[in-house]
Amino acid sequence: MEKEIICTVCPTGCVMHVVGTETLIESIEGYTCPRGKKYGEYEFLAPVRILTSTVKSNEGRLIPCRSKNPLPKGKVLDCMEVLRGVTVTLPIKRGDVIVADILGTGIDIVATGE
Amino acid sequence: MYEITCDVAIVGGGPAGLAAAAAAKKEGTEKVIIIERDETLGGILQQCIHPGFGLKLFKEELTGPEYYGRFVDKVKELGVETLMNSMVLEIEKNTVVCMNKEHGITNVNTKSIVLAMGCRERTRANIMIPGTRPAGIYTAGSAQRLMNRQNEMVGKKVVILGSGDIGMIMARRMTLEGAEVVAVVELNNFLAGLTRNKVQCLDDFGIPLLLSHTITNIKGNDRVEGVVVSKVDEATKKVIAGSEQFFECDTLLLSVGLIPENELTRKAEIEISSITNGPVVNQYMQTSIPSVFACGNVVHVNDLVDNVSTESAIAGASAAKFAKGELGGGEEISVKTGENVRYVCPQRVVGGGGKVDFYFRVMAPKGQSVIAAKDGDKVLCSRKTIKVNPGEIEKITVDLGGVREIVIESREA
Ligand SMILES: Cc1cc2nc3c(=O)[nH]c(=O)nc-3n(C[C@H](O)[C@H](O)[C@H](O)COP(=O)(O)OP(=O)(O)OC[C@H]3O[C@@H](n4cnc5c(N)ncnc54)[C@H](O)[C@@H]3O)c2cc1C
Ligand code: SF4
Repeated sequence: MEKEIICTVCPTGCVMHVVGTETLIESIEGYTCPRGKKYGEYEFLAPVRILTSTVKSNEGRLIPCRSKNPLPKGKVLDCMEVLRGVTVTLPIKRGDVIVADILGTGIDIVATGE
Repeated sequence: MYEITCDVAIVGGGPAGLAAAAAAKKEGTEKVIIIERDETLGGILQQCIHPGFGLKLFKEELTGPEYYGRFVDKVKELGVETLMNSMVLEIEKNTVVCMNKEHGITNVNTKSIVLAMGCRERTRANIMIPGTRPAGIYTAGSAQRLMNRQNEMVGKKVVILGSGDIGMIMARRMTLEGAEVVAVVELNNFLAGLTRNKVQCLDDFGIPLLLSHTITNIKGNDRVEGVVVSKVDEATKKVIAGSEQFFECDTLLLSVGLIPENELTRKAEIEISSITNGPVVNQYMQTSIPSVFACGNVVHVNDLVDNVSTESAIAGASAAKFAKGELGGGEEISVKTGENVRYVCPQRVVGGGGKVDFYFRVMAPKGQSVIAAKDGDKVLCSRKTIKVNPGEIEKITVDLGGVREIVIESREA
């Protein structure tokens, strides 16, 4: 497998070229600093993203929410599906858990607004 | 008429106004008041539910509501007062006139003022696309507001004009909500927004980015039915005949830039820069009326709210010092733009030593460059960068001691 990865750690946006398998990196080129190299490795083997969305509340108003930590990228759309079916009961505070351990990822969906 | 008296009055309760208020209060000012037209604080960040805020300031990735939430907690704790549901109509040297929902016309008498009204989006009228006027055309920010605050899905098949950050963020948001984003169309041969947003909002979902393209016609009677997209010449930006393609879609989002909201500033006859469309300021964020300060997107459009907060803290602290009669002046040093620099903020400085952070944007994207501040032939400071991009604000810090003139440039190495 070969992938071109643009580093998003800093605005320089170095373009890395990574070769490897699903579990192993054979070569990685194009990074400028160690933080970028680490990002490239993660992005190649197990890319993750923070998911943000909104959920309905019992008063109709939308409540913004996020995954507390980044989720596996491949799970993002499935998690959206779960959130579409959720209605929270107000009042709610920033940081309150809306869905615990979403889809068995070990990651909570929490409110970001009230 | 309802009358209020305070030391520092802040117009706008977005991130800029909040940071300015906190800083003014920390200077030991007795009465700081935020005047906001909305019923809630937070400004544009209330609809920015996505992450990407606070990486610089808090070293963690926050969403918009989490970011301003921290500042709202802080201003409350510090005892900043607020006047909500109050649309400011006019400012003068020492008064702010607003229309308050409860009290009607209200006069706020103050020793100094901080302008923090943010910016608004450019619309179709600003960029002039021919074609019909069907429903289904939104600015990216208004679509964001409809979706994230009013739960209204704006369309199912979308084309986005402009590769600004808001447009790219909406491309992801709409895809996650089940819409199809056909393409993002950009006139320039480079990205307008941040690279991070291209990776996480477009590449992640396989959304094509068409550089050096534009929309030349909009089709549809009641509702948008599609758009005609044409290639443009990279250098002249002229449409290349025969390159038209038709893209079917029911929605067109415009993400073609932001303009500082400066009606009030103009009315007060404060000097405005024709490049940034915001007031000309010195390093204290002081405008051409000494008692009036300005910060945030009303001064120049920032891509990172972290910079807004930093700059606004300077404005707030300076306004507080002015109110106490402690803000010094000095001889004016001119700040000029050199090679490949479109604008520099602050545009002027008053001497007397000390370090000043200058923020600037380049004119054109370039590879390895040397960014420098010069006084005549003397290099005051310089640094190397791997590349420069108009989409990303650069910063350079200059020590003013003994300097007569400052020219900021970005020269390709
Ligand atoms: C859609 C979008 C996405 C963004 N994404 C990011 C991102 O991912 N990361 C990041 O770091 N930054 C991002 N930014 C930038 C950041 O949000 C802005 O830089 C920041 O919000 C600017 O703050 P401000 O206080 O100057 O303006 P605003 O947030 O616009 O606040 C201005 C306030 O002034 C009030 N006001 C205006 N006129 C009047 C009046 N006449 N009387 C009373 N009140 C008035 C308004 O109601 C508003 O509350 C984004 C911006 C937008 C628009
Ligand atoms: S590799 Fe290092 S320098 Fe390059 S973009 Fe990533 S963090 Fe920045």
